[in-house]
Amino acid sequence: MAKHGGAVLEVRGLTRIYGTGCPDCLELTGPDAGTNICPNCHTIVACNNISFDLEQGEILGIVGESGSGKSTLLRCIYFDEEPTSGECCFAAFGNGRENAFAQTGQARRYIRNHLLGIVYQNPLMGIKPHFTAGGNVAEKLLTADVYNVALIRQRAAALLQRTEVPLARMDDFPANFSGGMQQRVQIAKALANNPPVLLLDEVSTGLDVSVQARVLDLIKEIQRDLGIAMIIVSHDLGVIRLLADRTGVMQHGRVIEFGLTDQILEDPQHRYTQLLVHSML
Amino acid sequence: MENRGNVLSVKELSKYFILHILGGKVITGCEEIGFDLKQGEFLGLTGPSGAGKSTVLKCIYRTYLPTSGQVIYSGEDGRQTDLACSPEREVIMLRRREIGYVSQFLKVMPRVPAVDVLAWELRQKGWEMESARQRAREYLQIMDINQALWDAYPSTFSGGEQQRINLARALIAGPRLLLLDEPTASLDAVTKQVVVRVLRDLKADGTTMIGIFHDLDVMGRLVDRVINLKAGSEAAAPGSLPEDTRLACQVRRVGRDNQ
Repeated sequence: MAKHGGAVLEVRGLTRIYGTGCPDCLELTGPDAGTNICPNCHTIVACNNISFDLEQGEILGIVGESGSGKSTLLRCIYFDEEPTSGECCFAAFGNGRENAFAQTGQARRYIRNHLLGIVYQNPLMGIKPHFTAGGNVAEKLLTADVYNVALIRQRAAALLQRTEVPLARMDDFPANFSGGMQQRVQIAKALANNPPVLLLDEVSTGLDVSVQARVLDLIKEIQRDLGIAMIIVSHDLGVIRLLADRTGVMQHGRVIEFGLTDQILEDPQHRYTQLLVHSML
Repeated sequence: MENRGNVLSVKELSKYFILHILGGKVITGCEEIGFDLKQGEFLGLTGPSGAGKSTVLKCIYRTYLPTSGQVIYSGEDGRQTDLACSPEREVIMLRRREIGYVSQFLKVMPRVPAVDVLAWELRQKGWEMESARQRAREYLQIMDINQALWDAYPSTFSGGEQQRINLARALIAGPRLLLLDEPTASLDAVTKQVVVRVLRDLKADGTTMIGIFHDLDVMGRLVDRVINLKAGSEAAAPGSLPEDTRLACQVRRVGRDNQ
């Protein structure tokens, strides 16, 4: 894979199918077919041949309706799921030339623990409700080989402060937190290992608007101050408009359009993107 | 290269919108537009609503993807970039460092105070928070924004105040090329003078600008020359304003009666 300046993550031809698959699956699905389910073998093609670069410090937005494959894409990059085929190279691993998907479990755990952070839509997927807020952040630090208890404590406090979780609640259980505060604990945890790449899956969906604004502001601040590159998956074009520099649009498992976010919103090229944009409130 | 010395060189720029939602209907935004812009020049775009003035600006800023033609920008470092087709990453870098755009409407993060909206532009360039805020206050002062509003959210501001925040946000970044879409549209006479003064200072400092104006009086006091875009036919010289007839463009917009 060719290396060029600035990309912290390169994804090439990422494909993920659920089912036995047949030779025609990829051809018989997608936007033109109007489905991501193969009519022959009923295999679901969640992601079909997805390629992109994520540049240093950039926020890349991914929009698309439910079931278009957005979350599967993130989950594959985070190794939650095994892609069917494709490559994924991190600049900070193997000189940016090694395909992360082809690595041993140990190497993949290294990448996940040191180079990645993820924030799921459901905070309880990312944090343990019966570990304290501080304990959750500590857990991520321990996996990233930080063992000094004083240091862990200090870093956890700093991160929770940054994400506006009151320090007085550092030793409380997130099970007793509001959804918005759980989400901010999850963000603090995802940032604990100072990852060059942060994956965000519908982070603000389901939060009330006042909390939503604060979470979005926080994300923008983190990008600016820490220079972390992010992929933000959302079906909310308003969120994408505020956060993303570039945006990809997914439909039925494929990326149908990539462009500058304002161009995608004001001059969408693809039929589906036009429908999406013109449906915006 | 033939266009050396120009900050911007637009060649045969056309933009057609294909509306899939309306059965593939084609709407012409602008057609065969061409002009050169030297360092420090101020070009005015005139013409009736729908003539394609904003389309030209947005094609230069790449908010619209040009259908054909070239938009050659010569950067600070002398490197030439065709904004019509260069990689998005390059466009983003140029927007951050060299090309500013002032839209008709202010779009900001909710619940971010005016002073921080401006400071953000400098923070992106690596400024420290306090010095960025200090400079932001200076610009709020220049734009004559009531000090009581500096810590308030711009979405609560009046139209004229929002417009000045919008302008200040573009100016504070110190762009080499500034695209202005009706920067004085909803301003009262006094604030209009403020904006005219600011833009004149900017021009004196060597900033290259393209502006859309409906107020011909304001425009006459700012621009070096004018391109008149007119729907359906070749443009005529607008009265007393300096006019470069060589640059007259034919712009057509179809299907508007159906909208």
